[in-house]
Amino acid sequence: MKGTEAFKKIIPLLTDEPVIHANGFICRESFNQKDREGNFYMIGSMGLASSIGLGVAMCRPDQKTIILDGDGNVLMSMGTLAMIAAAAPKNLLHIVLDNEVYESTGRQRSLSKSIALDQVAQGAGYPHVKKVTKKEEIKPAFEELMGKSGPSFLLIKVEPAFEKSTGRVTHTPEEITARFMKALAATDGHNPL
Amino acid sequence: MSYKAAMAENVTSKTGKPPRTSMASSKQFADLLSKKGFNFYAGVPCSLLSGLIRVLEDDTQTSYFPAVREDAAVGLCAGAYLAGKLPVLLMQNSGLGYCLNAFTSLNLIYRIPVLVIMSWRGEGGKDAPEHIIMGEINQKLLQTAGMCHSVLSADNYQEALEAARSKINEGLPYTLLVGKGLFDEGH
Repeated sequence: MKGTEAFKKIIPLLTDEPVIHANGFICRESFNQKDREGNFYMIGSMGLASSIGLGVAMCRPDQKTIILDGDGNVLMSMGTLAMIAAAAPKNLLHIVLDNEVYESTGRQRSLSKSIALDQVAQGAGYPHVKKVTKKEEIKPAFEELMGKSGPSFLLIKVEPAFEKSTGRVTHTPEEITARFMKALAATDGHNPL
Repeated sequence: MSYKAAMAENVTSKTGKPPRTSMASSKQFADLLSKKGFNFYAGVPCSLLSGLIRVLEDDTQTSYFPAVREDAAVGLCAGAYLAGKLPVLLMQNSGLGYCLNAFTSLNLIYRIPVLVIMSWRGEGGKDAPEHIIMGEINQKLLQTAGMCHSVLSADNYQEALEAARSKINEGLPYTLLVGKGLFDEGH
């Protein structure tokens, strides 16, 4: 499956969860398919989507929180997997779209062809880890992990899009912050886990 | 070790030296941080901040999260802010290099504030060799990156934190540089 197809499966499953997006292809594709106020598009600071998501999840334990990460970002911040496993937020789902390349910079190879990121997450201590390779596996895996007491890790192996580059996020960073905080604050007290 | 136990140990110092005041100043400063509304703490330790970190860890009202890298602590603090907290990042100035991209491509452009309490190793050129260059350039780096900062001392806690709060209220990060002696435990 292509990365774009994975997004088509994931996006309809989202409700009011805050979703922290890794920079590059992840931000751009998600934004272009369906912009949401609860999407935090991290356009710079590569590697930090996971730690930002952890901070959100730790400080809003009542709210299911999702990180949409990429293989390049995870490889850059493997230590954050240890932080997530140690902090063990029950409300966190960490999804990694793994296309084995740095898509937005020209598809240079990453190391994830030979490094099993699901096993890395398992080794770090995520209590629930799943790997899927087919698009029809995404919905059941997502629903299963959303029902678990996390942190959970869902590795989705995808092919690079090999399509014309997707447009950048058009909101300014300040706008992204303001609307994300507003959307997240609005869920306060609505979702007792 | 509890705060009280640490104080008792300081008073009955085995070396016979006069009791250190760092625990008292760490406690006083931590209380002031809480009073100013800060309520999320993460970082990577430095011996110069050991007293403050100990107070934060021992206080049941606060918690300190040990991050694996300084930039991961920046991310964590950013997430905490987005979720409604007022975060504090504690680190050695050696972590500044790791954090510059996060400060410039996350905090500054997204208006995500954080109070950075940064130890000043290598101040005045007197320290281990690995600290000398960063000790000399850390203020210039902060200034170049557009990060407001001031140097914390025992007699400016209030003013320094007020200056920090005013920048943070504008959505900007603020750094307090902490020299040797303020929050050490004598490592």
